[in-house]
Amino acid sequence: MKALNIVSSAYRATSEEQDDTVVWFVHTLRNAGADVEILLRGNSVNYAVAEQRADPMALGAVVQKNPPRPAEDLARFMEQGGRVFAVSDDLAARGIDATELVAGVRLVGRAALAALYDRYDRVWAW
Amino acid sequence: MSDYFLIESRDPFECADVHAQCELALGLSQAGHRVRMFLVQNGVLPARRGARANGLSALLNAGIPVLADEQSLRERGIRPAALVDGINPAPLELVVDALAAGSRVLWH
Amino acid sequence: MGAKTLTFALMDAPYESARTATALRLVDLALRRGIHVNVFAYEGAAALTFARQSQHPNATHGRDVESEDHPLTHRWIEALLAFAESRGVKLDWINCGMCVDERGVGETIPGVRRGGPPDFFKLALESFNTLVIATR
Repeated sequence: MKALNIVSSAYRATSEEQDDTVVWFVHTLRNAGADVEILLRGNSVNYAVAEQRADPMALGAVVQKNPPRPAEDLARFMEQGGRVFAVSDDLAARGIDATELVAGVRLVGRAALAALYDRYDRVWAW
Repeated sequence: MSDYFLIESRDPFECADVHAQCELALGLSQAGHRVRMFLVQNGVLPARRGARANGLSALLNAGIPVLADEQSLRERGIRPAALVDGINPAPLELVVDALAAGSRVLWH
Repeated sequence: MGAKTLTFALMDAPYESARTATALRLVDLALRRGIHVNVFAYEGAAALTFARQSQHPNATHGRDVESEDHPLTHRWIEALLAFAESRGVKLDWINCGMCVDERGVGETIPGVRRGGPPDFFKLALESFNTLVIATR
């Protein structure tokens, strides 16, 4: 069963989770052998921007060890053979140029989403 | 060709992303898939006749059935007679029907 | 032909979103139709079955604890579990274990279990269909 996982929300609780929890979830599935891929849409296309750096949370004397690194997580997912798509219209709407993205992200226009969905047994919208 | 049952739980007044879902519905329909849109929760708000122009008209014009959860309508005081022409109230059971029929059910 | 099975993935914490009530309505409707249901409760939804939720009065409405009878999501889910059993259909409720741990909601009602993302995928593989109701 091949499943496309659509990520829409972005930067929701990523500080305290140290991950985007949907990207993490799909990555975990892939690590367990599931044939899963990721489509970034809406604000989550920003996860593919290579130069992003969340500051570690520093509250009182406590400093976070592992701040979230969504772009690196996507890069690692792709290194392990998982494909990551991003909706090009959503990137353009946010003024993000393709050259700013981590290598390997495949762009797909909104008009091509129907054809993309067809390639999967399941489409899950997270 | 697949059967898509798109659930829209959000409204275009608070969520700019709703228009993208309408575009998706149109794109899937144009690609030859059967598409239905089911409005639930605040997703029923634009179904009130007189609500500012939104993507639902485009769906109806394209022949895509647009249904609105009866309970969500009652909760918001939207009578069936006050719905945009072409939008019909429907029970939430339709979601279970769609799942049980093997439709691709996507929640937004 | 045996009854179908549907899997739902939920993410919302209790008392934060209309999605919770709608999702539980869908589970109820599926069970009433004789459909077996799996629920994978991820993130905030892992707190839906927390046994230590407790009721409170509502002074603004002049109601004491008993008359307010404030809903507790764990009681709603207990009701669904009991209903499923009475109908001879299965409701398998799995809480994401890490989500439970980080929220400290490990004290759950009986009849639910812990799991992880691979359990969700296994449930999805074995189900006729799956609906993800994500949070925002």
